[in-house]
Amino acid sequence: MPRAKIARKSTLVDMTPMCDVAFLLLTFFMLTTKFKPEDPVTVVTPASISQKLLPEADVALIMVAKDGRVFYGLDDQNKRLQLIQDISQQYQLGLTPDEMKKFSLNSTMGVPINQLKQFLSLSLDDQKKFNQPGIPYDSTNNELAQWIRYTVTVNSATGKELQFCIKGDVDTKYPKVRDVLKTMKMGNHMKLHLITNMKGLPAGTPAWEAAQQAGGDNGEEQQ
Amino acid sequence: MADVDLAQSSGDKRHKGTRSKKLSTRVDMTPMCDVAFLLITFFMLTTTMQRPKTMNLILPKDVEKEEDQNKVKESQALTIMLGKENKIYYYEGIGDAVAKDPVNLVKETTFALQGGIGDVISNKFKSVIQNSGGRDSMVVIIKPTDSASYDNVVTILDDMNIYEVKKYALVDISDNDKKMIDIKLNNGQGAATTQQ
Repeated sequence: MPRAKIARKSTLVDMTPMCDVAFLLLTFFMLTTKFKPEDPVTVVTPASISQKLLPEADVALIMVAKDGRVFYGLDDQNKRLQLIQDISQQYQLGLTPDEMKKFSLNSTMGVPINQLKQFLSLSLDDQKKFNQPGIPYDSTNNELAQWIRYTVTVNSATGKELQFCIKGDVDTKYPKVRDVLKTMKMGNHMKLHLITNMKGLPAGTPAWEAAQQAGGDNGEEQQ
Repeated sequence: MADVDLAQSSGDKRHKGTRSKKLSTRVDMTPMCDVAFLLITFFMLTTTMQRPKTMNLILPKDVEKEEDQNKVKESQALTIMLGKENKIYYYEGIGDAVAKDPVNLVKETTFALQGGIGDVISNKFKSVIQNSGGRDSMVVIIKPTDSASYDNVVTILDDMNIYEVKKYALVDISDNDKKMIDIKLNNGQGAATTQQ
């Protein structure tokens, strides 16, 4: 009896379709990625159960570092350029177009207006090493309020409301935050977004029960 | 040298006689695929952390006249003061009755949900519902002292969301409240020594 011959098949698989898919995904991710802007200070945000995402556009960011220094940032490079032009004109800083360009390249900065010229004359690498003293926001010299005022003017061109986000550090003392909130109140900006890390809903609490009833799957216990 | 000659001669022979062998146009895609997936992983990991979560905070308008302010009933209010080193001091009501006897009426607790501030809020809820019915009528007044941290404030605001407290207010601490915490702290120590 002749043995049935099993044809030996090659174990090599054609990788072309897989490669196609991989590159398709790669293109997608490359196009959607926005790189995290480099912050002048590291800020560890507190945690909350909130699921709301940061607004996508028209965001002004107020960063309060651990030591109470305040940094200010705007999400759009063109708006930042417009903003520094306005500020430069108003305070007669005499910034060169090159220095304004450098300002627009940094997403956040914390330098008092009188040091702005000196700060912007540095190269971008030196700016990173520069120890930024933070924007003054006390009642005698509230430059933060000025920045916000000019940003609102710049942003009004888009016709959309500016969204204010506050990113405070876990260890920031409350009086510093209170002063920032006071500044916001002064400008009549009552609606704020506090940037937080996400944490799970603690089991057994009303919010957890509501999530369970809604069929939410985020009721993990975390204490 | 002889080898070279031989090869040459055989090469010549092939050139004359047979056609050159057709090479497969197929290329091994595996390494390319590897690289693509490596890059995908990189971009995926960098994007996931992109848009952070936010908690909304709506600040109240400052009211000039005292008559315009919302009056809070003593029985429906819970005042929470955030002290230093993550300690919470709280009392029932808005402080008028408490000022007479801060040692006993101002209580100290922690940020823990079980056996801490969480229980305080749910107990208050129960008593408010018993007394006046409406769950939404409870008001929590949050007063951070100067030594509280931003984390404390966010945590307590978050607890309001966790316990679904509908009305809460972030208020500056008054001198009266500061005094009450001081009295509480000093007398608390004194009371402990007399007990021993």
